Amino acid sequence: MDMINVKVNGTQVSVPKGSTVLEAARLAGINVPTLCFLKDINAIGACRICVVEVKGARSLAAACVYPAADGMEVFTNTPQVLDSRRKTLQLILSSHEKKCLSCVRSGNCELKQLAFDLGIEDEDYFSGENHKYEIDDSAAHLTRDNNKCILCRHCSAVCDKNQKVGVIGANERGFATHIGCAFEVGLAETACISCGQCIAVCPVGAITEKDSTGDVLKAIADPDKYVIVQTAPAVRAALGEEFGMAMGTNVEGKMAASLRRMGFDGVFDTNFTADLTVMEEATELVERVKNGGKLPMITSCSPGWVKYCEHYFPDLIENLSSCKSPMQMFGAVAKTYYAQKLNIKPEDMVVVAVMPCTAKKFEIGRDNQSAACKLNEGSAHCEGNSDCKGKGSIPDVDISITTRELARLIKRLGIKFNDLPDEKFDEPFGIYTGAGVIFGATGGVMEAALRTAVKLITGEEASDINFNEVRGTKGIKEATYKVGDLDVKVAVASGTANADELLKKVQSGEADYTFIEIMACPGGCVNGGGQPHVPGHIYNFEDIKAIRAKALYDSDAACELRRAHENPAIKTIYDEFFGKPGGEKAHKAFHTSYVSRGL
Amino acid sequence: MGAVKSTTPFAGTPEQEKSLLETIARLKDQKGSLMPILQEAQNIYGYLPFEVQRTIALNTGIPMEKIFGVVTFYAQFSLVPKGKYQISICMGTACYVRGAGDILDKFKEKLGVDSGGCTDDGKFSLEACRCIGACGLAPVITVNDDVYGKIGVADVDKILAKY
Repeated sequence: MDMINVKVNGTQVSVPKGSTVLEAARLAGINVPTLCFLKDINAIGACRICVVEVKGARSLAAACVYPAADGMEVFTNTPQVLDSRRKTLQLILSSHEKKCLSCVRSGNCELKQLAFDLGIEDEDYFSGENHKYEIDDSAAHLTRDNNKCILCRHCSAVCDKNQKVGVIGANERGFATHIGCAFEVGLAETACISCGQCIAVCPVGAITEKDSTGDVLKAIADPDKYVIVQTAPAVRAALGEEFGMAMGTNVEGKMAASLRRMGFDGVFDTNFTADLTVMEEATELVERVKNGGKLPMITSCSPGWVKYCEHYFPDLIENLSSCKSPMQMFGAVAKTYYAQKLNIKPEDMVVVAVMPCTAKKFEIGRDNQSAACKLNEGSAHCEGNSDCKGKGSIPDVDISITTRELARLIKRLGIKFNDLPDEKFDEPFGIYTGAGVIFGATGGVMEAALRTAVKLITGEEASDINFNEVRGTKGIKEATYKVGDLDVKVAVASGTANADELLKKVQSGEADYTFIEIMACPGGCVNGGGQPHVPGHIYNFEDIKAIRAKALYDSDAACELRRAHENPAIKTIYDEFFGKPGGEKAHKAFHTSYVSRGL
Repeated sequence: MGAVKSTTPFAGTPEQEKSLLETIARLKDQKGSLMPILQEAQNIYGYLPFEVQRTIALNTGIPMEKIFGVVTFYAQFSLVPKGKYQISICMGTACYVRGAGDILDKFKEKLGVDSGGCTDDGKFSLEACRCIGACGLAPVITVNDDVYGKIGVADVDKILAKY
């Protein structure tokens, strides 16, 4: 790599050619603060917080976009630089609604942190006319409050560039500039896929998930309700960040311990139904291959991706696996098999899901997601209840909260997370194999399904269960595996912009895959829209997706059982209740349907 | 956030649509095609309502919000139809100090529309504009290509009567 020499505050550093001043300063041990910069997708130099002095330059330069040059001398902390940053920040603060005490981002607001770091003494230094924007809470998963927006454009950058959705962006100009949708409609009226990537990158409290923590506490406090909780694979890989732990720390044990202390009647793991999903999905794949069904089959675990397909690729809806997501399958098992076992009515059971995802908040309200009603058609509950016809009034999952909301609950209840012992999930739905764990990373569902599909097709176990070609954080991955006499061509995409690229090849006939895995969020669920916020100075310099994914792959490697079909609890529920994978009862409980939603 | 949907029902003709689709097909593969497409679309329809922006979005693959963002950024683009006669009141410094504000108010009162609006019959649209460079004639207004200088509030009725 070609290197150049740059002096930062008098310290000589050697940096790769093509680096920005921001990157060069970092290599010299200096963090230049940023607000608008997001690596690869939002290098717009607009907020002017990252200004630095470059010797010989006419004015201050925005470090995030200013290329470092050989022999350049940069100063990041002169009085002129600090004064400029403070003035800029005071101007931003002057039109920011400073409801910091009640703001959900109070603990990790990047603007507040910056005000502290820069020593802002008066947040009302500039006062003048201000907007009063209406709050958009039309969508199922998020609330958008322009009064707190600082116009950094992180949200529109991820929406447009990573997701190729582009439903929010900047409207009008000058002081009237604001983030909104076309023709100022509510987000629910657009082709938003609910992925929540905009929430994850918002530096302030302008975009937040719809908070359901109150509903969870209310359910737990209700003596007539049996409340159980399930946690998705990716949550354990990131929750620790909310409690000061290093990124990539697997906190499964402390998470189970804290949920138990919250008062749930059962603390279970979505990993269990990830294994179940593998059974259903691998069976479906083999059926389609053997019986000339629609191929390529595409995974359906990611509700953001499913909604993307329904809006943007309606002609591929038939390619979607009819399997519900692991979260919904969990609810289906809980409210049928488990409710019967406990001898309680499904309507008295509350299933809470902790997810790295905001699209799950949309998913729980979808049609045809009620196994309790579907398996009990004609029962006392459903008879004469018009809500139950076709749709089902007992949802598989009642409340879906994000990793962030779980952290909020733990803090609210005074649970000393870091000091807790590592505990196990409750049985029987706490038992999982390595296949279920890796569902939280891009390529994980594919790998888990292949481990079982090999057995289903050839009757023998795969000799090597590490399908390394589909691992890693690349946006699109392809591989061909020899399974028996079959060449199984697979592809994996994460981030719906990558999905778009891949699916256009499928539409044109250029690619002839057998099986495709798609996750809406770049890197998969570990980088989901419901995961802990990562401030710019980490986001722009660390590979978040890879670090969090490693926690899951390490967990998989440490599992004694690594194939879903080896899960003893899965065998039990089929034997005792659901029959065989893909059978009639399993189909009623674990499969769903999709609709074309238009643009 | 002002009113963004025109109250006037969209009345695009098949000829206009054909012309718009031809324009899109001709320009869409060029880099930075959105601006010229919007300019030509506005020439075809006189304004850029929801239906026109949607046609552009569906045929170029550019997200609707991006199109709307550009349309609302540039003052040259309009979301509401322009009248057959477009009245522009110069609000440059010279015109302003010589009473352009009162003249604008009089037009608003007479036409029953706000600045940027269009009469229900589509005959007149009204807008305040930046200096048109005819300060010697201040206060000055234009109606399409006709220029009226050194006018007063009393002249408003006479001017409207000509159209």
